[in-house]
Amino acid sequence: MDYVIDCEKVSKSYGNISALRDVSLKIEKGSFLAIFGPNGAGKTTLLKILSNLVKPTSGVVKINGMSLHDEDGEIRKNIGVVSHNSFLYNNLTPYENLEFYGKMYDVPNLEKRIADVIDEVGLTARMHDPVRTFSRGMMQRLSIARVLMPDPSIIYLDEPYTGLDQHAAMKLRDILKNLKKGDRTIIMITHNIERGLEVCTHVAIQVMGKIAYMEEIEKVDRDNFESKYFNTVGEGHY
Amino acid sequence: MNYLNKVWAIVWKDIRAEIRTKEIFSSMFIFSLLVLVIFNFSIDLLEVNPLDIAQGVLWIAFTFSGILGLNRSFLFEKENDCLQGLMLTPIDRSAIYLGKMLGNLIFMLIMEAIAVPIFVVLFNIGIYDKIISLAIVIFLGTLGFVTVGTLFSAMSVNIKAREVMLPILLFPIVVPVIIASVKSTGAILTGKPFDDIISWLKLIAVFDVVFLVVSFLSFEYIIEE
Repeated sequence: MDYVIDCEKVSKSYGNISALRDVSLKIEKGSFLAIFGPNGAGKTTLLKILSNLVKPTSGVVKINGMSLHDEDGEIRKNIGVVSHNSFLYNNLTPYENLEFYGKMYDVPNLEKRIADVIDEVGLTARMHDPVRTFSRGMMQRLSIARVLMPDPSIIYLDEPYTGLDQHAAMKLRDILKNLKKGDRTIIMITHNIERGLEVCTHVAIQVMGKIAYMEEIEKVDRDNFESKYFNTVGEGHY
Repeated sequence: MNYLNKVWAIVWKDIRAEIRTKEIFSSMFIFSLLVLVIFNFSIDLLEVNPLDIAQGVLWIAFTFSGILGLNRSFLFEKENDCLQGLMLTPIDRSAIYLGKMLGNLIFMLIMEAIAVPIFVVLFNIGIYDKIISLAIVIFLGTLGFVTVGTLFSAMSVNIKAREVMLPILLFPIVVPVIIASVKSTGAILTGKPFDDIISWLKLIAVFDVVFLVVSFLSFEYIIEE
């Protein structure tokens, strides 16, 4: 079977510290994988490697069958990243930010695409206000609009709920549910088990640089997943 | 062509932000103005020939105010981790360097274009018939300064004491271009023929080309984690 994301024994060390240890991960097209794990488990490092921001110390990573080293630019065209940092310029408006990123990705029909994605995240009325006047929730929605500009086939979400109030989190959840439509493959890192379980098709628990547990959501006992999580994290031999 | 469009998009993004905030330009311009005014008041121009010191004063104003601009340049990219956002796009990372470098060059040249007439008035120096050769020297000298400065600005952006580190890293490297610029500016202001400054101009041009190529090629490795 061809996998969209195929990692084989990927490790990453910073000096003496191992952030990732022999992680192997195979993700099919259209999957929504939620990765849970405590701080320092190496989740962000894994996403940075998958988005080609950081090179692994060892192991092989293939995205859409292409090796990260050989097809760098081609792979980055198909990947969008939403982080707890928005990657947005505070002194520019949403329109100017999206126009800028659209040009970086060679997005055709730029004006129409900007109008479409801004409408999708519900920020049309604020399209020409400086981003610095936005709340955290609005920034996060605009960040998703930025990612949607080139219509990537893979999206990574790194703690997208960080700093959001209940209302903003609900809005974000609805947007994430919409992202899932179609063949898009999504990986989300979150501490929020409830939010993660409601949108994903697969779950994983990462502990001390290793994927300690991975399962399809249908096979997961949602009611007892929290205790499963704490048992796995607490086992400590990973 | 596509590559150059992306470089221009980065330059235009910086210009747009600068038009809105005026953070880089205002700090550079006020600093250069202060340097010129302080030197003007500290030296008795009736006793000292202004042509003996003018070129040094001018380049002190340019380089130190340029440092202020370079310090701010990559700080905008640190906001909300925009540099990482840029690195995630499929553009060649050298385009990020070129875009930032051209933006810095434009800001510095505008600051210099306003500072030079003020310098002329304060030091009572006639440059009317030397304006083209002076513009060539200032352009080449600034290009060399900004070429290396943009690279070191990217290197120092994650350092806590970046305001101190940038000049410490940058000045030893750009000493040749500053000395050559000061010497050729002095020769132009004292009315020496253009042939006298050709060797200095060649030095600046070689410096510009070498460091532009080195910075262009090495930028990718410098911004990677």
